[in-house]
Amino acid sequence: MPVWGARMSEPVRFLWQVDGDDFSSAGEASVLAKRSLRELGFDAELIRRVAVAMYEGEINMVIHAHGGEAEMLVDEDAVRVILRDVGPGIPDVELAMQAGYSTATDSVRALGFGAGMGLPNMKRFADELVVDSRVGEGTTIEMTFR
Amino acid sequence: MILYKHSVVSDGEKCTGCTHCLRHCPTEAIRIRGGKAVIDSARCIDCSECIRVCPHKAKSADFDALAELDFANDYIIALPDPTLYGQFPQLRDVDALPGALLSVGFSDVYEVAKAAELHTEYTRLYLQQPTVARPVLSSNCPVIVRLISLRFPLLRDRLLPLAPPMELAAKFARERALFAHPDLDPARVKTAFISPCPARVSWVKNTPEGKVQDIDYVLSVRELFFRLRPLLTGTEDRPSEVGKIGLGWAASHGEASALMNDCYLAADGIENVTRVLDNIETGSMPDLEFVELRACHAGCVGGLLNVENPYIARVRLNTLRRLLPVSRNRLPREAYGTAQVPQELLTMWPMDFSTADVLAGDRKSRLEMMAKINRIAATLPGRDCGGCGAPNCRAFAQDVARGEAKASDCVVFMKERLERLLTGEGSGIGAQGTGESDDGI
Repeated sequence: MPVWGARMSEPVRFLWQVDGDDFSSAGEASVLAKRSLRELGFDAELIRRVAVAMYEGEINMVIHAHGGEAEMLVDEDAVRVILRDVGPGIPDVELAMQAGYSTATDSVRALGFGAGMGLPNMKRFADELVVDSRVGEGTTIEMTFR
Repeated sequence: MILYKHSVVSDGEKCTGCTHCLRHCPTEAIRIRGGKAVIDSARCIDCSECIRVCPHKAKSADFDALAELDFANDYIIALPDPTLYGQFPQLRDVDALPGALLSVGFSDVYEVAKAAELHTEYTRLYLQQPTVARPVLSSNCPVIVRLISLRFPLLRDRLLPLAPPMELAAKFARERALFAHPDLDPARVKTAFISPCPARVSWVKNTPEGKVQDIDYVLSVRELFFRLRPLLTGTEDRPSEVGKIGLGWAASHGEASALMNDCYLAADGIENVTRVLDNIETGSMPDLEFVELRACHAGCVGGLLNVENPYIARVRLNTLRRLLPVSRNRLPREAYGTAQVPQELLTMWPMDFSTADVLAGDRKSRLEMMAKINRIAATLPGRDCGGCGAPNCRAFAQDVARGEAKASDCVVFMKERLERLLTGEGSGIGAQGTGESDDGI
């Protein structure tokens, strides 16, 4: 019979869907992530970094990829955030990493997004950032915070 | 941690254990235990949502009554909240209200709206300091101060560290009385704040030890309304000391717009406030100087202890404000040079800032607990029906993980088990990964 007791070999896992057509709901996953991390007793600065970087990632998924999913894995030493989408992919990751470079459409910019700071901000706030993107297939971004 | 004292009280006789309050509590502080609603003090923020939604009037607010005041022996100063002016259809001029309060028996009146105008001046000074982290969050609404302390600890240091107008009013009223009447026994000088909401009653109850208690009684706008109504005409006026700004504090936008600074935001209603605070925390908010937050819709006129519909009260207040000067209160001249708020006016939060965490202990034990909650939650139906006595399945999973509830309290789950038993598939009990749940039957 399964027992609910402790088995801490695996990190605690959270999974949220990011709705692709709704700017106003973008950021919901980062709010829930923030709440969970606070309950887990992480320090304020780390929580702020995760929340801001994750928010940027969520907005990117909405702008470019019609949404996707956000996963968070938490163990004692680190928080890992994995953002997966099946969008168009990033043709030139190096270029996308440059501050101010953006492929967002005018209609997106009119909403106040698309300043070309998404990936640069994620890189700035995460301790590690790995971008795995294939054109036509999608993008997976993995951020680690310690 | 010292438990916060509340003014919301439950009447066990009237409570039927229905789930109205359970679902509306913004901090999930209520559980149904033994067929009655129980409020967790550590999580309650005194928003009065449960009082508003209770169909059986089983919840109410506890405050002082006029009959408790000793008008014959004490020098009692009335501190009317700005919302009081918006309650009366026949009030055509603000000057009638202080006069009517004196004829109730008060020795003096110090309008909280007057203190609010001074508060506005101090806030402007505070915002002149370039080192202060922006946006500064209003600390006037006690519900919001408590919401931030419990749910948004990262934003605590943004709270304006100035005592709210009701406290300033009490302090200044006392000083003015003792200055004007040096022969008065200070122990006989009392202040009675006339409150629009239960949250301010609680705030006064929680004054930390060591601080001079400036507010002696908290009365309700409601009780004063009925006493004052017949006195508004035919009583001698006593000039009011408030302007547009002071009265404006009664409704949403009043505090923020008074700063004459367009980089502000004003939100009212707990759900709106929560969204704004989440956005400020994640940095997804334009640059703001000041954020006014009120738990009640429409601002303090929406407080539970008022009589009039909040939107009507707001219109009346705007009518009264039309003929008033912008502000009738200025700080002493020397205050303006310093850009500093005097130390004695800084607030001492009437609570310690410990959060009402679901989890406790070091990170390892918190992670283990969170994993356990996640596993339990995955086995629950996710209908958030409230039948178990918790507001939703997630909260129920937390209660089970902490040993405060049993899995068998889940009505949906039990119904399925019963059906399986009745159809002879009894062997399926507990087969859904809920091994600890065989209690109860």
